[in-house]
Amino acid sequence: MSEGLAIHWRLIPQRYNLVGTECLKCGEKFFPPRQLCPNCRRVGEIREVKFSGEGEIYSYTVIHTPPEGFEFMKPYAMGVIKLIEGPFLTAQLVDCKPEDLEIGKRVELVFRKIIADGSSGIIRYGYKFKLKD
Amino acid sequence: MSKRVAIIGIGMTKFGELWDKRYRDLITEAGADAIKDAGIDGEDIEGLYIGSMSPGLFAGQEHIGALVADYSGLSGIPATRVEAACASGGLALREAYLTIKSGAIDIVVAGGVEKMTDVSTSSAMIALMGAGDQEWEAFKGVTFPSLYALMARRHMVEYGTTIEQISQVAVKSHHNASLNPDAQFPFKVTLEQVMNSAIIADPLRLLHCSPITDGASAVVLASEEKAKELVDDPVWINGSSSATDTIALHDRKSLSRMDSTIIAGKKAYKEAKIKPRDIDFAEVHDCFSIAEILAIEGLNFCKLGDGGKITENGETEIDGRIPINPSGGLKGKGHPVGATGIAQAVEAALQLRGKAGKRQVKDAEIALIHNLGGSGATTVIHILKRN
Ligand SMILES: [Zn+2]
Repeated sequence: MSEGLAIHWRLIPQRYNLVGTECLKCGEKFFPPRQLCPNCRRVGEIREVKFSGEGEIYSYTVIHTPPEGFEFMKPYAMGVIKLIEGPFLTAQLVDCKPEDLEIGKRVELVFRKIIADGSSGIIRYGYKFKLKD
Repeated sequence: MSKRVAIIGIGMTKFGELWDKRYRDLITEAGADAIKDAGIDGEDIEGLYIGSMSPGLFAGQEHIGALVADYSGLSGIPATRVEAACASGGLALREAYLTIKSGAIDIVVAGGVEKMTDVSTSSAMIALMGAGDQEWEAFKGVTFPSLYALMARRHMVEYGTTIEQISQVAVKSHHNASLNPDAQFPFKVTLEQVMNSAIIADPLRLLHCSPITDGASAVVLASEEKAKELVDDPVWINGSSSATDTIALHDRKSLSRMDSTIIAGKKAYKEAKIKPRDIDFAEVHDCFSIAEILAIEGLNFCKLGDGGKITENGETEIDGRIPINPSGGLKGKGHPVGATGIAQAVEAALQLRGKAGKRQVKDAEIALIHNLGGSGATTVIHILKRN
């Protein structure tokens, strides 16, 4: 679904720069960011933290039937990435052939266009990952 | 407080691409069937709970409780829509059960409905993706089949589950659906057909995925006192539970097991005072073939990791050790999301009454129904027992 401008603007630090959060009380790091630590809840102490963008493939798939807006990319690879700092996230895996993908392979963040709202709408950018040589 | 709660009437539309029927036609048809089956009148109904996932996106309609009461000729009674993605129906059943259990009212209809074929497949996929994390999954181009593909990949790597074993789930579902006249796909498929069908999200193919379906289902629930007074063959709800997990798949503790199912399963077995081995058959949420494997493992019908093996061995067939989805499941019977959880109750009641025809599970006394929302962020389980 296409998002309003404010939703996208609000998420720019996270989507552009991989800014998440961490809880100073228990030490757990969160990406996507959480404003309430699920371990400590009310007594948690949340602050922002920038992630390195390095991680490994935890699982992956190649999507052949894309949703609206992603048709021109198909087929494209999607992975669950385990960041070296601990958290997991979902992102496209780019600049690689499907047969190169493997669980455990090291990956790094790249900044790319995610989707455009039609030909004259706003273009949304965000993180994707590529295999690390 | 009512001691026990029973299903006293069941109703269901045919599942499929029902071009000639509107959203409101579907649910009123299923509801009227259930009320007729219970042998009661509309005046006896004291409340409605309707499970529906996304009528706003599929049919442009919200405010479902009042709509359904209106078109059922029941305006005046309280009516509540319940939403938990694909578990909306199961959760509507649970809310209806809890209301009677509380003693507030005695006779309630729990229904489920979805009209999915009025929009394009691509729009339907967007609506369904609302069951996942909009900001951190859907935005990236994730689809529902791809979330289950990510789980399938981990299951294959961690347990050695094969694509043949996953495909066998679909072969079995279609076999059972071929015995069910209300199923969307009442025909058999071969292992080769499943494994050679179009790739949707590798390793999952078209025939590993449940379809887009129109349909509705309904059950009439009654307090113990009323049930005994009204019918000879009540089906008792001996256990009801639900559990949640993280909305996004990537935040789960494991991708190769379904923790919400494990938690809800333990609670339901405890409430019903039985063990997994006491279950005679189960209707589980096979939105994708891998989901059935995760479900039967989570429900403890076998060890974690053995779901593929027991499927391949035939243990989950209608005459097997633990028959799974005698109705044909979501894959064969169809998956009108909001209607699915209630349709599972309809099938279970039919089986427990011994009226399931060619797909009858022999001597079925205790059934379990398992309804999942999204990629597993909600599980709802009920345990049903023959009178
Ligand atoms: Zn904490």
